[in-house]
Amino acid sequence: MLGIPAALALALVVLPVAGLLVRSNLTRLPSLIVTPSSWHALRLSLLTAGLSTLACVLLGVPLAVVLARARFHGIRLLRSIVLLPLVLPPVVGGLALLYLLGRKGFLGMLITTLTGESVPFTTAAVVIAQTFVAMPFLVVSLEGALRGSGDRYEQVAATLGARPWTVFRRVTLPLLLPALGSGVVLSFARALGEFGATITFAGSLEDVTRTLPLEVYTQAEVDIDSAVALSLLLIVVAVVVIAVARPRSWEGGLR
Amino acid sequence: MKKLALVVAAVALFAGACSSSDEPSTQPGGSVTAPAPKGAGKAGGGTLTVFAAASLTESFTALGKAFEAQHAGTTVKFSFAGSSGLVQQLTNGAKADVFASADQANMDKAVQGGVIDGQPAVFATNKLAIAVAPGNPKNIRSFADLNKAGLTVITCAPQVPCGAAAKKIETATGVTLKPKSEEQDVKQVLNKVASGDADAGLVYVTDTTSAAGKVDKVDLAEAAQAINSYPIAAVKGGQADLAHQFEEFVLGTQGKNELTKAGFGPAQ
Repeated sequence: MLGIPAALALALVVLPVAGLLVRSNLTRLPSLIVTPSSWHALRLSLLTAGLSTLACVLLGVPLAVVLARARFHGIRLLRSIVLLPLVLPPVVGGLALLYLLGRKGFLGMLITTLTGESVPFTTAAVVIAQTFVAMPFLVVSLEGALRGSGDRYEQVAATLGARPWTVFRRVTLPLLLPALGSGVVLSFARALGEFGATITFAGSLEDVTRTLPLEVYTQAEVDIDSAVALSLLLIVVAVVVIAVARPRSWEGGLR
Repeated sequence: MKKLALVVAAVALFAGACSSSDEPSTQPGGSVTAPAPKGAGKAGGGTLTVFAAASLTESFTALGKAFEAQHAGTTVKFSFAGSSGLVQQLTNGAKADVFASADQANMDKAVQGGVIDGQPAVFATNKLAIAVAPGNPKNIRSFADLNKAGLTVITCAPQVPCGAAAKKIETATGVTLKPKSEEQDVKQVLNKVASGDADAGLVYVTDTTSAAGKVDKVDLAEAAQAINSYPIAAVKGGQADLAHQFEEFVLGTQGKNELTKAGFGPAQ
């Protein structure tokens, strides 16, 4: 009974990728991928996605713990707001960032007055856009795991005399590792594929803000073969990240 | 039971979303679905689908209205997007009757792709200008001024027509710009100047006309080095008669007037 819709669902993901493969010019593939522009784009993509994943962990883990453990009025609303970037069209996210951090945005104006620098059109803007879009993935996976496991272990540890930091280090963190692993991979992969918020907020300039997805878009204007080749490169990188960075032990958390 | 209700609701939603697509609709940047004209014979008009460059949005919308008024029973539908995106849609089987490109290169691509019927005709020209904040607070007067220290300058990527034109001016003047971003289409450049995030942007003269009030125009003497021609042609497999009538209309007096009003130059 479930076999047919399951096969259709799989086909919906696999067949378009197959379409790209069929369309690609296999003989020109290596020469299309190994160009200075695509190398710059790939390097920038890996760098920014790495940095934004780090930011997601540093900011998202505390947020997930607070959301899962805190009990106060309005926590449900707060939870929905945190998930907003998941459902926002990416261009809306980019515009929102621009109106906050752009030259006329209220925080952007402050930054420009204080430092003389502006945020848009910089690599930092790419990282901010990617973090904005990717962080909910980390928060959702962690928060779910935290709420699923409850806080009985922590309470027992505390009654046995463990200090809060010891409880966090020895009990909470090990419990969270599987979910943290999948959250990190998900947010890295999302950051790697980020497009709309980046092009709206950070612009598109080689070696500064033009990540691999933006390079694909730029190449599609003139050379569709090259755009297809770069798309395949992006898919390969994403699949490698998901496959390599998620060892078997982490998958327990998803079951 | 709860699950079942959810599934039913989801299916109902999905069906609703599908049924609404029966009506003709224009998706931004996407394709236009023209319905089969119901009972409309050859004489009675029908729907004319025009794929046109984004820079033609204002002038062609007005021309479409005028064309409808002169051809009772005919509806003109537009898909405005970047010329190269439109060529890709056409070569991948999108249905259209007329194609109007912002440059010769993309019309050539359409011809080579075998989707054009007959000979394309140039109906207008466009050239670059500098868009600046109203009142020109940074006092930008020339192409070389764009390299003044501390300016945030935005251009189009060299891969799109407005960026290619900018490159031509760079070559002609020997002034190499250092833009903060190379955008994918000219409207993005315009928006970033209008929003204040950029001090100056290289756009078409026509864009400064359509955004008058939000940006000021600085004319470029060097723009004559990079004049863009706009060709129009009928699309193969479309309604040839109606398509040619629309072409004639754009090339005629009324078309010329509307295009001049928008800031386009005459065909050369």
